[in-house]
Amino acid sequence: MAIVTILGFLLLGIGLWGMLTRKNIIKIIIGFSIMDTGVHLIIVSVGYLWGRTAPIIDAAVPQAQAAQRVVDPIPSALVLTAIVIGLAVTALMLSYAVQMHRSRGSLNIDDFRLPVRKRGEA
Amino acid sequence: MIKRLLILVAIALFGLMLLPLLTDLGPFKQLTPLATRYAEGGTGELGAANLVTAVVVTYRGLDTLGEVTVLFAATAGVGFLLRKSSRQKDEERGAADSEEAGSAGGQAGRSPFSEILSTGSVALFPLILMFGAYIFIHGHLTPGGGFQGGVVIASGFALLLAANSARRLSHGVLQLVESLSGAVYVALGVLGLVLAAGFLDTTFLPLGKLGQLFSAGAIPIIYSFVGLKVGSELTNILESLRK
Repeated sequence: MAIVTILGFLLLGIGLWGMLTRKNIIKIIIGFSIMDTGVHLIIVSVGYLWGRTAPIIDAAVPQAQAAQRVVDPIPSALVLTAIVIGLAVTALMLSYAVQMHRSRGSLNIDDFRLPVRKRGEA
Repeated sequence: MIKRLLILVAIALFGLMLLPLLTDLGPFKQLTPLATRYAEGGTGELGAANLVTAVVVTYRGLDTLGEVTVLFAATAGVGFLLRKSSRQKDEERGAADSEEAGSAGGQAGRSPFSEILSTGSVALFPLILMFGAYIFIHGHLTPGGGFQGGVVIASGFALLLAANSARRLSHGVLQLVESLSGAVYVALGVLGLVLAAGFLDTTFLPLGKLGQLFSAGAIPIIYSFVGLKVGSELTNILESLRK
């Protein structure tokens, strides 16, 4: 569990770094995806139990011993949900990026800053 | 410089916040009581060989319904953001007309697609669709299920679009498949409420023999419709993002 968990936290940090330092919106979205993957790794590693097998009943795992032989099925189910939601959110963010590029012809977040003076007047 | 320092501090604080997660989560030796309950009940009560599917479709069925709803909302959002204004459509039509009139070598604007890609996509597309259907029909037996199968189907459509970008997929048909399968999903959930113990209870159909295709009550039926819904939604997103 330890290695996967640490890798997950590492990805979380890398993703956050990317989201905070990059100016390009596409790169910020990539940072978000990396962070997302880190969270998935952490959740899966939390449910893992050493020496156990996948939570599927077949010849290798008799039904009666299921609770002693398999890893926790709940984190797997949660990650399944999280992956699909992450994909949907990424698609939504990318279409926002397309729309922003259409409106200003740029993907740099500095170009979307409101002029300071204007904001003061309003 | 100051900004970079602030970012480093923010990340360090974030790491500090998560540190207890890393140190306090000792290696687990056995399943939590809830997981034990699911592991034992998943086969006995629901007849599903794949315990993850039992959790996703029945025990946590309401979460899955919410997830499908979020996916639907995202699809609607993508479609809304990337729709074409009537002015853009007019401009495009005008550009196409002038191109037709002006250029003799019609393919000038669009790079030609490789022969291998276009032939291969035609051969592979039905196989990919069949593989996706196989994955979601066997979701209660083997690793996989509606979401995975749906994504495989969408990847087949992605291949088709990559091979020929002029190909149009009908939004109407995709939306029809999507909303029909969503409606059937909810209807099956309500059927569980009427015939069995509660909303999205899948035991109103016979459980059958563990490990066979026709087993686990309504789980394979529900998961197939989830698969169709996810597949058509993702294809819809692809079609919207194509331009």
